[in-house]
Amino acid sequence: MSKSDRRIDIEEISGVTVARLLEKKILDEANIDALGQELFALVDKDGRKKIVLDFTLVEYLSSAALGKLITMHKKTNTAGGKLALCSIQKDILDVFKITQLNKVLTLCADLDDALKKVG
Amino acid sequence: MNEPVEFAASIPSSLREGLALQDRIVQVMERFSYSARDVFAVRLSFEEGLANAIKHGNQLDESKLVRISCRIDGSRMRVEMRDQGAGFEPDAVPDPTQEEFIERPTGRGLLLMRVYMDHCEFADGGRCLIMERERNSPLPVMDD
Repeated sequence: MSKSDRRIDIEEISGVTVARLLEKKILDEANIDALGQELFALVDKDGRKKIVLDFTLVEYLSSAALGKLITMHKKTNTAGGKLALCSIQKDILDVFKITQLNKVLTLCADLDDALKKVG
Repeated sequence: MNEPVEFAASIPSSLREGLALQDRIVQVMERFSYSARDVFAVRLSFEEGLANAIKHGNQLDESKLVRISCRIDGSRMRVEMRDQGAGFEPDAVPDPTQEEFIERPTGRGLLLMRVYMDHCEFADGGRCLIMERERNSPLPVMDD
């Protein structure tokens, strides 16, 4: 996969995998499926167990994207790992709260907070 | 810009086909100076409605169409989507916030449309979705 095709940018910080979501709008089904495959590979293929998803760039996301995040959460749990989401813009944070997924997923204000939660 | 803008289109059952229409709605709303929150609410609801029409209504059958009509003026926007599926019973869709459903990966679109739009109604046995939103209509206040 070429760099321009990627939906996430990966960085290792103190033993934690930080995946920055690169798409502003996570709405299009094809993009969402591709994003899901990239995220799931972090657990299924790479065997990573401490993962932070950084939402700084994300301005929109649909319920189909929420579905991928739930599946990612389950995969990480099953693997005995930890997953946190951070730096979520207010409008999107409200989507998590309306759907009450803030009770299921670990949502953190910023990257430092998320690194502490999963580290 | 005071005159209402109206347009309609029929698209095949492909979510990608809906993106251009979604962008057109957003452009018209921005020309009418709707707030970013209004635009966020409508874009999200449009996407959820179209995903339901294509996936659950038309069962991803690209020979079936979704007919979309839209009317936007300075004070409100209205969108109607009609699919060619078998229809469904909206009240039979479970509440995705209930404990037994909360970890399901699907089933949140209807909830989001009902929250983000002022009016969300299904007609013709669930085959026709009508959504309306007033300018600056309040969204639920979510506690931190």
